[in-house]
Order: sequence, then structure tokens, then C-alpha cells
Amino acid sequence: MLEQIIHSVNLLKPETTLAITFCVLLVVDLIVKKRGSETAWLALIGLAITGFFLMQEPAAGTNSIFFNMFAVDAFSIFFKFIILASTVMIVLFSLQSNELKTKRRALGEYYALLISLTLGMFLMTGASNLLMMYLSLELTSISSYILAGYTKDADDSSEASLKYVIYGAVSSGLMLYGISILYGLTGAIDIYGINKTLMMGDVNMVAVVIAGILIVAGFGYKISAAPFHFWTPDVYEGAPITITALLSVASKAAGFAMMIRFFKVSFLDPTVGNLSFGSWALFRGFEWNQILAMISVLTMTLGNLVAIWQDNLKRLLAYSSIAHAGYMLLGVVVLSNEGVAAVLIYFVVYFFMNLGAFYTVMLVANKTGSEDIKEYKGLGYRSPLVSVALTVFLLSLTGVPPTAGFVGKLYIFAALINAKWFWLAIAGALNSVVSLYYYVRVLRNMFLRPADPSAQPISFSVPQIVILLILVIPTILLGLYFGPLVEYAQASISMFGVH
Amino acid sequence: MQVSLIHYLILSAILFSLGIYGVITRRNAIMVLMGIELILNSANINFIAFARYAGMQLDGQAIAVFVIILAAAEAAIALAIVLNIYHRFNTVNVDEISRLKE
Repeated sequence: MLEQIIHSVNLLKPETTLAITFCVLLVVDLIVKKRGSETAWLALIGLAITGFFLMQEPAAGTNSIFFNMFAVDAFSIFFKFIILASTVMIVLFSLQSNELKTKRRALGEYYALLISLTLGMFLMTGASNLLMMYLSLELTSISSYILAGYTKDADDSSEASLKYVIYGAVSSGLMLYGISILYGLTGAIDIYGINKTLMMGDVNMVAVVIAGILIVAGFGYKISAAPFHFWTPDVYEGAPITITALLSVASKAAGFAMMIRFFKVSFLDPTVGNLSFGSWALFRGFEWNQILAMISVLTMTLGNLVAIWQDNLKRLLAYSSIAHAGYMLLGVVVLSNEGVAAVLIYFVVYFFMNLGAFYTVMLVANKTGSEDIKEYKGLGYRSPLVSVALTVFLLSLTGVPPTAGFVGKLYIFAALINAKWFWLAIAGALNSVVSLYYYVRVLRNMFLRPADPSAQPISFSVPQIVILLILVIPTILLGLYFGPLVEYAQASISMFGVH
Repeated sequence: MQVSLIHYLILSAILFSLGIYGVITRRNAIMVLMGIELILNSANINFIAFARYAGMQLDGQAIAVFVIILAAAEAAIALAIVLNIYHRFNTVNVDEISRLKE
């Protein structure tokens, strides 16, 4: 038992570092009264140390620590890197944001809460116990409720956090009820034990399905899949844009990691399918992938169709991020290693293009004070660099070659076609076409519409341009040279307990 | 009549349904939060009843303790947010608070 604990503590260094950083930030915020950005730099140092420990984790081996509470394997480490990178970028964005600076309060708690949000998401990626899943989901949610309403002087932000807390609490309540039923049916709370009991048979199938659907409500809310997406547009529009960007990338990644692990480990039927060839089957008697297919088609169609009518760019990107959750769910539907690898590739690509899009919106909003699409008229002449960058991000979000977004979609659709889900592939492709319409509307405003005659050229500082380039260059490069990314993603699909 | 597992499950199902009903029909943010508390507590009853009657170990009770703590934390955050909403909008009716476009 002692060895197990020592072994576990050793593998939990990144999470421990985050927890310590959180405490340090709170204390420093109490002591230092000066309004500066010290806490931001401290947070960055904490994140850097976390990254260092994360690189030390044995990527090849799979480990289950703290008595099957938590899995440290290639799959969770991959997602942790995405989450860590997003948080680092968000701290850098926050340093540039005018929206946060107009507040009267210091930003110490803001960075502390960002770190606790990251800790929650780290725990979500590896959670292999239903209680752990619920607790880490709640840690993530509670931190993000506060952050969504952080500029509490603004009505929009307050409203966003109210809507977020109500929808979030209901979804996690549904999930908890589902967990309680699953616990009663199987007598186990770790996903390996649940799988073992389910495989022995004599479990009431109806009850398992009800419990499973209730648990999917919790995941669906985190990844903002329809019909659990209602909070997304309002929260994304009202929250500070830095938090919106973080929620749309990192928190979605954590939700996907947890959902894939839950389905793949606890509902896996090792007697059907061919694991060595990378395809697997879920527990007999119920077509989980049909349900997921319906959810993904609904999610992407709804996201894309409603996005057409949006005039606020932040809200438009909210609907686009709902649509992207739908595309990523397609990779889960096929239930194969190829599909999961495609989701991992998509997340890396999505990280660059979506954070980039939100960053350019933030830069423009800093100068013009608005996120309305009308404000983008003639932006191509006022600030060519930012406009070209936004063009690259939006084309990448559509999936136009040679941008990174194309590579992401290519692997998802390839996985679908290999698994003979032709109708889903067609639905996905049609959706991409629809999405082109609303992305191009922004481009048309930027380049083809004249600017207000009184409008001045907009200039940006050097650090802002450097951060922009950090996001733009990979968005193009990954579209041209993606071999290493694909190999890394394919090597990162191994999970503890599944071979 | 002996009280058995099934009675607890029915009780928790009723509580869960009442919670959902409250969340859907009530327009006052505080009442919605109370509905959420009902949902969480119905799950707690399930956990403890399963642990007690189905011959499982103490897992169920342990989970219930965690959930109670978490419910308190969530209620604290949610009430703080509702208080802030009241300061800004002078109402806690969730239908009236819709500045963000539908």
C-alpha cells in the first residue's frame, strides 16, 4: 500500500505543482497590494514547472495510480499538454486584454482561478473513477463559473455566469444521478470494475442505458454538444474573451478526454471487435454509437445553421465551436483507434486556429470596443496583418486546404469512411460547406467593404504581434507538414486497462 | 412492512423528478438552485441505499460525503452569483435577465 502511494505521488507531480501554484498565487495576492502583473508571471512560472514535470512523465508506460482513481497514460498526457498550452496562451492573452484592466480589482484571484481551472481539467483527463470524474468536473465547473463572471461590473458577464451556473449545476446533477444508478447496478465505482461486472452479464440493460444517458448529459454539457449546448452562446458572449477562448479549447478537450475514456474503458466488450486492429465494440444490447452519431449530427448542424444569423463575432465563434464539437464527436462515433487519433489531431489543430481567432477578436475589441461584425468593415485596410491572420484562422476553421483545419477534418472523415459511416461523412462535409458561408461573411466585411472615412489605421504592439505569429504560423505549417503530429497522435491513444 | 432498497429508490426517484420539475418550472433563480439541491440529494439517497442494502462496501457513503461538501461549495458560488445579479438587475427572475441575445 505504501509503495503504491509513493509511486502515485511521484506520478502526480504536475497536478501537485498546479495545486501549490494556486495556493502561492492566493497568498501573494493577499500580500502584494500593488496593481501589477506579478501574479501573471508567477502563474506562468508555475505552469512552466508543471510543463517540466509533465515532460518527465513516462509517456510510453501506462499507470493507474491511487488504487484506480487516476490513470497516467499517453492519452491523458497528450490532453494535458493541450490544456497546459492553452492556459499559457490565455495568461499571455490576459496580459494584453483591456477588458480585464478596466476592472477596479487586482487580477490576483483571476490567475489563481485560472490555475485551479487547469488543475480540474488535468484531473478530468485521467479520471478513471466515477467519483473522481464527478469531482474533477465540478472543480473545473466551479472555477469557470467564477471566471465567466469575473468582470462582474459588466451586466453581460454577470448574466453569463448565472446562466452557466444554472445549466452547469443541472447537468452535473443529472450526471451524478446517473453515476448513482450505475454504482448500484455494478457495485463498483472505478471504470475497470464497472466493465468487469457489465461483462459478467445479468445486469438490467434498461437501467444501464438510462444511467449512461444521464452520464452523457454531464459530458455533453462540458463539450457543449446538442441538446446540452444552451449555455454556450450566452456564456461565450458574456464572459471575458480570454475565458471564452479557454472554455472553447481546454475545457472541451478535458470533456472529450473524460468521455472517450469512460466509453472506451467501461463499456468496452473485449470479446467483439478486433482490438489489435484498432477497432473495438461497446457492450452488447445497445447501440451507443448510434446515439453519439445522432448527437454529433444534431450538434454540428445546429451550430452551423444558427451561426449564419449571428452579428456578434464572439457569439458567431461560440456557435462555430458548438459545430466543431460535432465534428470531433464524429471521431468518437467510429469506435476505433483511428477515430480517437483523429480527435487528438483535431484538438491540436483546433487549439491553434480557435485560440487565434479569439485572440484577433480580442485585439480588435481592445481598439474598437466592440465585437460586432459591422466593426470589421474595412479592417483589411486599417490593419492588414491582423486581418490576414484572422482570414487564416477562419479559413482553417472552415477546413480549406492548405490550412491546418483541413488536416484535422481529413483524418476525421478518413476514419469515418474506413468504418463505413458514409452518411455521417456526407453530413459532415455538407456542414463544412455551410460553415464557409458565415466565415466568409466576416472576410467580406474586412476586405470588400469600405471603412468608415473617419477610421484610423490600427497598430499593435510588438508582443501582441509575436503572440499572433505564434498562432498563425503553426496554423499554416501544420496544413503543409503534419507527419510528426499524426505520428505523435497515433502513439498517444493508449489508455490504461485497454490494450 | 419492512423498508427495503426499493422504497429508497422510489423515494430518490420522486425527489429527482421534483428537482427537475422545480428547475424547469420555477423562474426565481433561488428556487432553481433549490431544485438542483433536490437532484443532488436524490443521488445521495441512492448511493447510501445501495451501499447499505446491496451489500457493498463503504464506497457509497464516502461518495455521499463528497457530494454533500460539493453541493455546499456549489451553493456558495451560485448564491454569490445570484447576489451579484440582484445588485445589477434588481431581480432574480431568470426570464427577465436576458440582455444577451436569444
